[in-house]
Amino acid sequence: MLKVNNLSVNYGTTSVVKNLDLALGDNEILMLVGPTGCGKTTVLQALAGLIPISEGNIQLDQWQATPTLIVPPEKRNIGMVFQDFALFPHLTVEQNVCFRLTDSAKADHWLTLLGLNSLRQAMPSRLSGGQKQRVALARTLAHEPAFVLLDEPLSNLDAALKDSLRWDIRNALKTAGVPAIWVTHDQDEALSVGDRVGILKDGILQQLAIPEVCFSEPTSRFVARFLGEASFLPGRLEHNQVLTKLGIAPATPINGASGDIDLLLRPDDLSLTIAKEGNGIVDWVRYEGSSRLYAVNVDNGSELNGTQLIVRTSHENKVKPGERVRLDITTTHPLAVFNRD
Amino acid sequence: MTSWPKSYPFALFIALLAVVPVGVLFGLAADSTQLFDIQNLRVLGNTLLLMVLTVIGATLIGVPLALLTAYVQLPWRRVWLIVLAAPLAMPSYIGAFTLYAAFGPGGEITNLLGIPTPAVHGLVGATLIMVLYTYPFVMLTTRASLLGLDGNLVNAARTLGMSLKECLWRIVLPRAATGIAAGGLLVALYTLSDFGTPAIMRLDTFTRIIFVEYNAFGLSQAAMLSLQLLAIVGLVLFLESRISGSREKPGHHLTLWPSRWQSSWILLTVAPIILLALVLPLLIFSLWLLRDGTEGFELSYAWNSTYASLLAALVAVIIAIPVAHAAIAGRMGRIMERITYLGFGVPGIVMGTALVYVGLKLPFIYQTLGLLVMAYVLRFLPLAVGSIRSAAEGLDPSLAQAARVLGSSPREAFQRVTLPLTMRGLVAGAALVFLEAMRELPATLMLGPTGFETLATYLWRVYEAGYFGRAAVPGLLLVLMSGLGLALMLSGERRAEFDIKEDHHS
Repeated sequence: MLKVNNLSVNYGTTSVVKNLDLALGDNEILMLVGPTGCGKTTVLQALAGLIPISEGNIQLDQWQATPTLIVPPEKRNIGMVFQDFALFPHLTVEQNVCFRLTDSAKADHWLTLLGLNSLRQAMPSRLSGGQKQRVALARTLAHEPAFVLLDEPLSNLDAALKDSLRWDIRNALKTAGVPAIWVTHDQDEALSVGDRVGILKDGILQQLAIPEVCFSEPTSRFVARFLGEASFLPGRLEHNQVLTKLGIAPATPINGASGDIDLLLRPDDLSLTIAKEGNGIVDWVRYEGSSRLYAVNVDNGSELNGTQLIVRTSHENKVKPGERVRLDITTTHPLAVFNRD
Repeated sequence: MTSWPKSYPFALFIALLAVVPVGVLFGLAADSTQLFDIQNLRVLGNTLLLMVLTVIGATLIGVPLALLTAYVQLPWRRVWLIVLAAPLAMPSYIGAFTLYAAFGPGGEITNLLGIPTPAVHGLVGATLIMVLYTYPFVMLTTRASLLGLDGNLVNAARTLGMSLKECLWRIVLPRAATGIAAGGLLVALYTLSDFGTPAIMRLDTFTRIIFVEYNAFGLSQAAMLSLQLLAIVGLVLFLESRISGSREKPGHHLTLWPSRWQSSWILLTVAPIILLALVLPLLIFSLWLLRDGTEGFELSYAWNSTYASLLAALVAVIIAIPVAHAAIAGRMGRIMERITYLGFGVPGIVMGTALVYVGLKLPFIYQTLGLLVMAYVLRFLPLAVGSIRSAAEGLDPSLAQAARVLGSSPREAFQRVTLPLTMRGLVAGAALVFLEAMRELPATLMLGPTGFETLATYLWRVYEAGYFGRAAVPGLLLVLMSGLGLALMLSGERRAEFDIKEDHHS
């Protein structure tokens, strides 16, 4: 069980991670997301012992590290999977996976499980990106770490490969039954493969919850925008219902929002129909294959000044920019509402 | 047949000129009565021993310092790097002179503090001095290799349970082997051609004996010895050409964070090197300056040094332009450029011997400043060629094309785009030649016109006469020159070597 209490990391005078608290259960996968420079990689490096920490402590089964009590990386029994794979270029696939093993049974197990048997004698330079990352994963898991850290493991791979490999990695981690922290900047990846998601901004953890909660009840507008397309529609909150120009919807107040509020709308919470007397004008449209994404400028009402909403519809729905349309809120589940700024 | 680039004939002429000293030596050595004798064997032994010991010592100091400056996050990292590289810029005879004067019975340390110290002379003394002033070669080449390695491999090995020490030994150093070897060979070359240190330490190496023979009017014997020395130099150069660096895909930069206790311990172990190589010479010269003042020193010495070196720099740059142009223009030109590099491998004392003979054959240039300047130019031309060529190579040809498309004539494009962009290389090349020439000792001793005293030769006469105190002013001026050389090394094209890469943490 990994516990992180009040962890802070500074580079010189700039603080990169601030007062981070985390606790991970057995075989749980925590996704850590955030924009570039938010400190997510720094968190991993601090947990692995590759950089010194300034405050707080990190505990795993056998050890505890503090700013003065330094535990070197090799004593932490933590596995790490790197963005650029970090395979030893002078060793074969098999030698890489067996790096510090006395018994090769574990290596055989993971090489087989990850479909690398035919590549055992290959040198890393001959492998494709996806193969390299599988080897790196096999190497990490074969050494039986108590904990795995993954530093953007898919960011150097092709889009097509990312999709399948993310599930392979998740399955392997679950098979090994080892908890993991997985850093990514891809919100789809975070929401789909994680048991829980943590969103970091400027070194501060904004929210830590299961993916559904993070997505539908974000604790801030930043989190709402970071995890997906988000539009905000002014409205009024009355008795857990929000009244807007587009209709009434059930609401979940965030941070005790009340009175005049902004309603968080995802592109799928709305429907769009062509209507001469509608309530908005299409600004732009993007064809996405099976669907279309529309930006609609909602008519200037007394309080709807300059609101643009993003709507996703079936691809059959074909409307040109400049045409008048009608938007309706179609969801039945409660929508997050925020205090007006 | 395709027409030759305009620069080729000129570059060919320069290349032929560069071969002259070696050709002359062969002709001269033919007069020598004997090819090799038992005394020769002793000299060969001393030379090789000094070379091997120096390479070993420089590697033992240079490699750990490379790891330190490349990976360890110390306070004032850049300052440490500069200070540790600084001995490279100092001529080693300055160190030999001051350490010789400082240590031993009757040395300045014993005089001042009453502490008996062992004398620094002979093979041990020469090795100590050479190691102190050549380890930066190993440090810098190794460091450059280390910075090209993917640091995440070490992080991966450590998270897999390998200790840091084992990682450095098994993962890092094998991949930096070419860098270490390149540095070691540079050390070997420098040690082979150094004249001042063995001379002051009274160790009979080739360079010292060649000078002795020259002074005893045994010019043909000096030439024979010069050829033998050149053969060893050639061997080292050959080994150097065989080193092929296999570059890895650059990855993350490795950073190690020592605890406060570790940092102080590291700095404490590094301090003696800096103390001996930099602080001690400065202290000794300052001491002499306080005690003896500027007695015996004449401003004309500094002026002579400056004048001759300025001339050399000017001529070298003018000659270097067509050579650099030819080197970029094609394969043949590249070979011509390589030939001009010959001079850099020719030790100063050997160049001196050859040109003295040329002077004797052509009396109208003997004992003229022209011959000395020619020696400087032939020796240091590669510095100018290299810096001009790399500036010109770095030039994107589409820039000049862009100027043409915008309506410039070829002349205007050259004046407004090409010239300003290569100017840096031109100035840097001239400055490097100037500074090297200022510090050059053996060729200056042999070729300087009668009564033409420079800073370096005056320092030598002071040493020979035993009036050490009079070395203060020329010594300090030469150290100042070395400081300028270092500053130059740190700017411009060589800056990359000294850059501390900051990691971008996301």
